[in-house]
Amino acid sequence: MKLSQEQQAILDGARGETMAKVMETLVAYGDTFRAERMVPITGQYGHTVISFGLGIMKPVYDLYNELIEAGLTGGQRFTADPRPMDDKVPASPLEKLVFKKFMYSQQDRLEEQMHKLGLTSDDDYTCTCYLPQVGNIPKRGEVLSWAESSAVVYANSVLGARCNRNSGIIELFGSIAGFVPEFGLLTDEGRKASWVVEVRCEKMPEAQLLGSAIGMKVMEQVPYIKGLDKWLGTELDDKTCAYLKDFGAATASNGAVGLYHIENLTPEAKDMGEDLITEGAQVYVVDDAELERVKSSYPVVWKNADAKPRLCFVGCPHLTLQQLIDWTRAIDEGLHKNGLSRVSVPTVFTAASAVLREFEKTPYAETLRRCGVITGSLCPLMYMNNPLCKKKAVITCSNKLRTYSSARFYSEDEILTIITGREGRL
Amino acid sequence: MKQFKGRVIVAGSCTAEALVSHGGFNTLASFQTPMMMGDKEVKCSDQNNPDLYKKPMIGKALCLPQTIGSTTGGMALYTVLSSGKQPACMLFSMTIDSLAASGAILGSIWTDAKMPVIDELGDEFLDYVKTGMQITVEPDGTVTVV
Repeated sequence: MKLSQEQQAILDGARGETMAKVMETLVAYGDTFRAERMVPITGQYGHTVISFGLGIMKPVYDLYNELIEAGLTGGQRFTADPRPMDDKVPASPLEKLVFKKFMYSQQDRLEEQMHKLGLTSDDDYTCTCYLPQVGNIPKRGEVLSWAESSAVVYANSVLGARCNRNSGIIELFGSIAGFVPEFGLLTDEGRKASWVVEVRCEKMPEAQLLGSAIGMKVMEQVPYIKGLDKWLGTELDDKTCAYLKDFGAATASNGAVGLYHIENLTPEAKDMGEDLITEGAQVYVVDDAELERVKSSYPVVWKNADAKPRLCFVGCPHLTLQQLIDWTRAIDEGLHKNGLSRVSVPTVFTAASAVLREFEKTPYAETLRRCGVITGSLCPLMYMNNPLCKKKAVITCSNKLRTYSSARFYSEDEILTIITGREGRL
Repeated sequence: MKQFKGRVIVAGSCTAEALVSHGGFNTLASFQTPMMMGDKEVKCSDQNNPDLYKKPMIGKALCLPQTIGSTTGGMALYTVLSSGKQPACMLFSMTIDSLAASGAILGSIWTDAKMPVIDELGDEFLDYVKTGMQITVEPDGTVTVV
């Protein structure tokens, strides 16, 4: 990699030993992917995936301390993933003890470090930093140093920004340095598709299921998806963006997708069409039977597969305002139809604090409360990390949450049927 | 016996028993429970990986195509390296992905841990190697499978 004089000086220790190690890490990262140079970060804000003070990850916070003590706190400001805990979410006294005393014993320390390192606001703990209510919205073509797989894939695919699937810690190093190695999704060539996915479903495929199928198939490669515009249209309105948020999160967690193109819809696909597809691209056909095959392949890791659900999470990634409204309407109608007033399974909807504040201004907030649904801004995945949660029958329509926890996946329609039904199960 | 030559990401040498994943290795899903529970054997907790689920990973020669999953992956690998509970080496048939690379590089620069990492060993490597085989890694990226 060719470094500028200034970059070489940093590597040689001109800004201290710790900054030299930050630089050495970024150079090694770039060399691994045959990057030829560093490019400046042009997005206004970073986004970090590290928002949880897990006791076992103490080495990470020790490293952060080293950065702070070296004075490396003047870099780009950033938003962060959701916190792992929220007092509003149901947990037994024992679970709370495990959360606070054992699992997330470093949480206060980490949050203090976040402040020092440049967190934009205490309010900005969310995986959906790109929503208008939160405001970390990169423009097309801007270079980012983000982590959080669902946010990276959204920024690349829906907003047309340029960001690699950076790991936690590395994304912060980029924000501190102000530049990142140029490779992969930062280059025109790296944004081309080596898979063509033909969607041939008879009904609109569930976002989280289609994303899972595609992620498992293409792993970290870029897919060009045909046939989805039939269901999504050709404009990136709120509903479509919410679909793509959930779809992308599943491609990124069930596989390792950092960018997808959707024919006639996402910005680069609209501009370049099939010119984005590389010669010899592989083809994957997805129909209803394929989605059913994928869904039935998910292992059920509950101790009792027939257990009655004890908790339901919706909102991984965090819900948009419109999704909150749509879910509220659907639950209200479902309960009314079944002669019920409250959901039959304790249910938690998660969304960014700023989104929940907007939601509170609508009449739907009161309706949702009346239906017995709890709202919060935590990360369901981090909540489910509690070993005691493994004993709980938790359900979700998030394929990301399913992948990382013992939560059982159901389609959105199935979740609605379960939580608004008398039995509280299918 | 068969020899393969890959690209060195983190140089080093070791001899260890192979543990093979034919599907993508989800770093966070694999390490999160053993790290959380202080499992000395570091048994893989990724329920979606039939090759590795519940198998001990510490000290093994982890053979895989690539890693997959969320961007906490590199940080999880860094934490494993910091705690000294890492596999003996990581051997990738494909080009390493950005998350595994990050974890390996962070570990090599910011910790004292030693874990050779070799990529681009080719599909033939993953076709040939079976869990339980003996693997020797040399600093130039030569991998011998017996």
